[in-house]
Amino acid sequence: MSYQIENTQQGEKYNTIFSKVPAATRRKRNTRSRLRKRLLLGTYIVLLMLPIYWLLNMSLQTNSEILGSMTLWPKNLTFDNYIGIFSNPSWYMGYVNSITYVLMNMLITMLVALPAAYAFSRYKFIGDKHLFFWLLTNLMAPPAVFLLPYFQLYYSVGLFDTHIAVALAHCLFNIPLAIWILEGFMSSVPKEIDETAYIDGYSFPKFFVKIFIPMISSGIGVVLFFLFMFSWVELLLARTLTSTDAQPIGMIMTRTSTASGIDWGTLAAAGMLTIVPGILVVYFVRNHIAKGFALGRT
Amino acid sequence: MSWMVWTLPTAIFFSSIAAMLAGMTVWEIYSPTVERKGFLPISTTRGDRLFVSLLSAAFIHLGVVGFTSLSILVASAISVLWLLVLMRWG
Amino acid sequence: MNNKVYNNRAWLLVLPMLVLVAFSAIIPLMTVVNYSVQDVLGPHASFFTGTEWFRTMLNDPALQTAFGRQILFSLTILAIQIPLGIGIALIMPKQGWQASAVLILITLPLLIPWNVVGSIWQIFTRGDIGLMGWSLREIGIEYNITRNAGDAWFTIILMDVWHWTPLVAMLCYSGLRSIPEAYYQAARIDRASKWAVFRYIQLPKLTNVLVIAVLLRFMHSFMIYAEPFVLTGGGPGSSTTFLSQSLATMAIGQQDLGPSAAFSIIYFLVILLVSWVFYTTIMHMQKDKTPQGGA
Repeated sequence: MSYQIENTQQGEKYNTIFSKVPAATRRKRNTRSRLRKRLLLGTYIVLLMLPIYWLLNMSLQTNSEILGSMTLWPKNLTFDNYIGIFSNPSWYMGYVNSITYVLMNMLITMLVALPAAYAFSRYKFIGDKHLFFWLLTNLMAPPAVFLLPYFQLYYSVGLFDTHIAVALAHCLFNIPLAIWILEGFMSSVPKEIDETAYIDGYSFPKFFVKIFIPMISSGIGVVLFFLFMFSWVELLLARTLTSTDAQPIGMIMTRTSTASGIDWGTLAAAGMLTIVPGILVVYFVRNHIAKGFALGRT
Repeated sequence: MSWMVWTLPTAIFFSSIAAMLAGMTVWEIYSPTVERKGFLPISTTRGDRLFVSLLSAAFIHLGVVGFTSLSILVASAISVLWLLVLMRWG
Repeated sequence: MNNKVYNNRAWLLVLPMLVLVAFSAIIPLMTVVNYSVQDVLGPHASFFTGTEWFRTMLNDPALQTAFGRQILFSLTILAIQIPLGIGIALIMPKQGWQASAVLILITLPLLIPWNVVGSIWQIFTRGDIGLMGWSLREIGIEYNITRNAGDAWFTIILMDVWHWTPLVAMLCYSGLRSIPEAYYQAARIDRASKWAVFRYIQLPKLTNVLVIAVLLRFMHSFMIYAEPFVLTGGGPGSSTTFLSQSLATMAIGQQDLGPSAAFSIIYFLVILLVSWVFYTTIMHMQKDKTPQGGA
């Protein structure tokens, strides 16, 4: 763009002068196009929500109602499925386990990824590009490849069936992801800021914590969102590395199929409950998300 | 470590990879690489060329083992030659 | 941006991360390589088989079809999700409470554990208790994912589009948000058409995020496991058995460690090649762009 118009009113004025279409018609056309956009978006969101609504609907019904007839909303509203889950430790401990290892993973990942991303964004060093690429390949490695060795590795170091084992295993893809995103954000902070801080007598750790981290806080918010997301949704590794003490909720859900058939109501209620932490996390980072989703790379 | 079921060939394989990485690092310290453009479509450093040749060596081995009845040594010989060509002119 | 200092002490900052990732990545990878050249019967009973497993795996017709199916699947979902994601990003509201609400709703599918996604769709598409399966049956469409391979394919693609298009949309949305309002005003003065605005203002700004979107989507779709496993179990027959699932069946189901390790390595090498080509291309593009102060 060779020229830019600074403020909207000016733009509007030029527009009125040069445009052959009368302003009123144009405004009407704008409203109509906006309405169409809203309609399309609304349709998409409704379609997006339908499967989730159906799960919610089923979780509020008794099994006989689910299997008996097709009801678009629960006729006899019941919370028994949820009560069943919350009154049974072997159910709700699944949530505690999942949340524990996810939080551990977020903490570990942040601690090691922040300095590493800083190194990648500010310095050149031997093998930097290859190291970065190697990290990315871990993001691409299908966990199915590693299942058995993982089991044996964690078993032999005595971490099998602990939360920390799952947290460490999830570092495999979460650390590379965190570094990748953080590096983008850090590179968009001008280097002069570092230099000024050093001249002002800040030591590296003090500068990093006091000045640098606040500057990339929206980036950190987004990274935490991604870390939560990928650790929370992954179950293949989590399932392999645990048996009873640290079993994730997704695994406990498979228990709903018993000899007498599948307990649909409980399955649906448990499924709904796995969505709740996600909603909370998105809610907290909603203001950073739009800026941060581009991973600092726009 | 017994669960890792080491064998002599794989041990040699990993040691030579480690040795190569160490060698490249030392070489880099004493004479830093300059990025240049050879017959490959992109400009590369020494490390890039080593990576390309190792990756292609893996596919050469797979091709020979999977689809021909030649000895695996043939694949290794081709790979070494290819590595030298790449490192020099790539 | 490009004035990085050469300093090998930066390695100290990288080291803790390196130790952690290497523990999780390199030791298992070495073990897989060791498995692949042996017939592992137990912890202390294994026979050296050399390259035997690689030969078997490369010539296995079932795996070759699974591979073809995988590529077809990845390309299909990319072809649907990328344009759809851009479209949704273009119609999302830009500010106010509506923007926040839409953001939260759209990201929701991303935060559901993958096997729960499978369960949701399994329920949703059942003919007896699922809304979609039931509705289709009521209209009179034969729809059964456990019998008809076409239906199973359609459902898996629909599920993946449902699950992952939000990621593409979110990435594009944040890309669009970074375009200064002045660009649009300039376009308005030129009386540029909507298409021209998209082609010359919005699309160039989106290239960076689109590259990320394509890379993430390709990688994840290439190792898709839990969703189709729960939804169709790979069936009917093996019509929706993707690579990860063939691998897991072999390694865990049949305890064939040697062959499945050899297969893993082939799989890994393919992914490595694809991602290297992709990565190099991106880096190349960015390098070409920087002189004009872009990126």
